[in-house]
Formats: sequence, C-alpha cells, structure tokens
Amino acid sequence: MENIQLILYTVFGVLAIFSAIMMITRRNPIASALWLIFNFFMISGLYFLLRAQFIAIIQILVYAGAIMVLFIFVIMLLKLTDEKKLSEIMTYQKITAILFSILLMALLVFTVYVNFADKYTEISTEAETISKAENLGRELFLKYAFPIEAIGLLLLATIVGAVVLAKKKFE
Amino acid sequence: MPAAVQYIIIPLVKVVLIQITLLIGVALTVWLERRTAGFIQDRYGPNRVGPFGLLQPVADVVKLFMKEDIVPEKANKFIHSLAPAISVTIALSTIAVIPFADPIQLFGSEFKLQIADVNIGILYILAMVSLGVYGVTLSGWASNNKYSLLGGLRSSAQMISYELSMGVAVLGIILVNGTFELDTIVQNQAGWKWNIILQPVGFLIFLTAAFAETNRTPFDLPEAEQELVGGYHTEYSSLKFALFFLSEYANVIVSACVITTLYLGGYQFPYLQTFGLSPVLVSILQIITFLIKIFIIVFFFIWIRWTVPRFRYDQLMVLGWKVMLPLALANLTITAIIVTLLK
Repeated sequence: MENIQLILYTVFGVLAIFSAIMMITRRNPIASALWLIFNFFMISGLYFLLRAQFIAIIQILVYAGAIMVLFIFVIMLLKLTDEKKLSEIMTYQKITAILFSILLMALLVFTVYVNFADKYTEISTEAETISKAENLGRELFLKYAFPIEAIGLLLLATIVGAVVLAKKKFE
Repeated sequence: MPAAVQYIIIPLVKVVLIQITLLIGVALTVWLERRTAGFIQDRYGPNRVGPFGLLQPVADVVKLFMKEDIVPEKANKFIHSLAPAISVTIALSTIAVIPFADPIQLFGSEFKLQIADVNIGILYILAMVSLGVYGVTLSGWASNNKYSLLGGLRSSAQMISYELSMGVAVLGIILVNGTFELDTIVQNQAGWKWNIILQPVGFLIFLTAAFAETNRTPFDLPEAEQELVGGYHTEYSSLKFALFFLSEYANVIVSACVITTLYLGGYQFPYLQTFGLSPVLVSILQIITFLIKIFIIVFFFIWIRWTVPRFRYDQLMVLGWKVMLPLALANLTITAIIVTLLK
C-alpha cells in the first residue's frame, strides 16, 4: 500500500506541475483552459491521497465542473485568437519580472522546506474523520459561523456589483 | 484474501461485468426507442434484422464502422477527436457508485455489488454530471462550424442552468437521509419509505433536470435538427458519431439508475427481507427489481421524447431559472425546517 501511494503521489505531482507549465505556455486559449482542467484533476488526486475525499470531489465539482465551463463558454463567445509568440512580446521589463518571480519562488520553496521538512511526514490517523463532510460542516457552521456568513455576504455583494456593472454597459 | 485480489482483481471483474451490461443495455435501449417511436407514430420501426429487429443496433454499429471518418479541414484536429472520448468516458464512469443489491456472502467473504463504495457517492454523481458538458461544448467549438458552435454554446448554458436545480433538489435527499453514501440511502428506503414519497417536488425537479442534462426532448436544443442541422455533432461521422450516440443512451440509462437509487428505493423490493429467502436469492431478486425499475424510467424517457415537442430557447431558460430553481430552493427550505422540527 505504501508503495502504491508513493507511486500515485509522484505521478499526480509530476503531472500537476507539467500541466501547469503547459497551461501558461499554450498560445491557444482553449488549450490553456483544458490543461488547467487537467491540472485540477491531478490536484484532486493529491487530495484523495491525503484521505480528503470531500475536498477532492468539491475540487472537481466546483472548479472543473462549474468555473471552467464558464471560462470555456466565455472564450468561445469572445472568439479569441491565438496569443502572440513569446519573442514578439518580450521586453527587458518582462525578463526582469521573470527573474524576480523565480527568485520569489525559490525563497518560498526554501521557507517551506526549512520549516516543514521534518514535520508532517505521514498522514494523520484522524485524517479520514476530520475530512468527512459531517465534521467539516460542524466546524464551519458552529465554530466558524461568523467568517462563513461574512464571506457569503461578501460574495453576494460581488455578484450584485457585477450585475449592476453589466447592466450599465448594456443600457 | 490477498491484497492484490481484493484491491485489483475483484474491482476489475466488477468493472468489466457492469460496463458490458451497460453497453448491452445501450443497444437494447436504441432498439426500444426506435420500436416505440414506430408504435407511437403508427408505423413498424426496425423489424427485419434478427427476431423483432433486435439485431438492428449491431447492424448499425457495423455500418458506422464502415463509414469514412471525416474531419473538417479547419477543425482543431486533436480536440475534435478528444470530445467524443470525453463524452463516453464520463457517461460510462458515473455508474461506478451505483449499488445493485445487498452485499453477497460467497466463499466466506463479503462482496459488495457496487464498483466503488465511497462516502461521497452523491457528490461524485453531481461532479460527473457537471463534467458531461465538456464533450458537447468542445465538440461544438473544435468543429469550426457555426451550427456546431451554437449547439455547444446552447448546451453549456442549458446544462449549467439545470445543474443548479438538480443539485438543490439532491440536497433535500441529503437532508432527509443525513449522508452522501448511496448504499445507506438505499438501505433507508426499505419497505415503502421511498424518497419519492418524502420528496415529491424534489423528484419532479430532479427528473426534469435529468432530461435537460441528457439533452433529451423536450430539452434537446443543442442538436435541434430543424434549426442547427445536427447541433454539436454536425461535423462528426463514422465511429466518432457512434461514440456520441453511445454516450447519449448510456447517459439515459445511468440517469435512470441514479433516479431509481435516489428516489425509487434503489434495489429494494418492499419487505423482501421478511420473506425468509436465502441471502443469495434475495440479492438476485434485488438485481432484477433494480433492472425493472430502470426499464420503467428508460421507457418513460422514450415515451416523453416521442410525445412532447421541444421548448423554445427562451422558454427553456425561463423554466430553468424562474420556475425550477425557486421551487427547488423552497423545497430545500421546507425540508430543512421539517427535518429540524422532527429531530
């Protein structure tokens, strides 16, 4: 069992990174969107390996099933053409930005590695209980009821704002 | 039992058996649909190949094999081929969480008649339903044809709209049963405590949404022949077209399985366990009960297709957003109040 988990972890992890790189390097927006969907599936696989079935399936249901459908819908409606080639849009500013991004990435990886390398090496024995929908719901709606309601209100305000903006444009 | 047998061989055998049954079911449904259409329109329907025309689907598949596979010159070749594969994969994989009977005791160990007994069964089904839209949308886009694109756009808008009502209707079931596990939900419906009696409005909403999600009449706007030639599969021929055809009928059967499991007592035959039969016989009778229930729902799907005309696009959207969604939300609220009061 341990070996199977390690193999699956490696496969999902490598494919997740690979699909993320493919996503940002494709010139066709639909191809980028498809790679992003593939990436979500790989991340969902990683959640399954951590025994977090609920979060894994929500990842697919919400991101791959709902949000990305809207993305593709919009791309199709806008009739976007291929992006320009990399060599056509490269400026010194962008090259510097890329260098600093890599630096920031290295810093983040280093920080995570130093602080967490020896901790959390195995899955908690209570992982399955904690990640069950019943327990998640109890925590979210009893202990964290106020933040949840606040986020809900915020999202509602965002939706109302979006509708108002869209209406103004069409009138 | 060694781990390799338990985790690899037994699930593999189950997958193969269930998928073969599903594919045979698809062939029979195609035949049933054409015969029923013939009966409703006062003509014969296919009756020449084999007894009662039963081998007609086989002849159709052979014909489709022989046809030339045409890909439009300006199509996106890869996605054009990928789309039917996505459709079929998703249609066939939804059945993995459906329980077919009580666990059987054989050779001293217990066998579950279900491919995957996961504690998120309902969510898995909803996730698969929400992914089903990709096959249609991508095929519409990749064909580089205005009719296909319109079909694809219609279908994504339609599926997103009806998915919401479907999800909210299912929440009622989750509230009543207190679990995501399909097996437990079926166990809870023993006797006559079917969820259709507890959740009649939810059942109607789910049934309507299932019609919309499977692109069946009266919601077959993505392929409306009179306006869009063939909709999203206008540019498909040969086996790729056959795959879309297969996935449509597989979706019908799987929807029937889901409706039966969630609302019509699943494999339960009322009070079967109290007759004192041997457990293996009980399981076999349960499988037969399940198949009969599925047959009735599938027949209902076909019956509706040949009697109800198609909606207009604006009517479809009004029904989805202004009728079904508020109704589903009201159903959810009332269910929540009753469940809380009875606790």
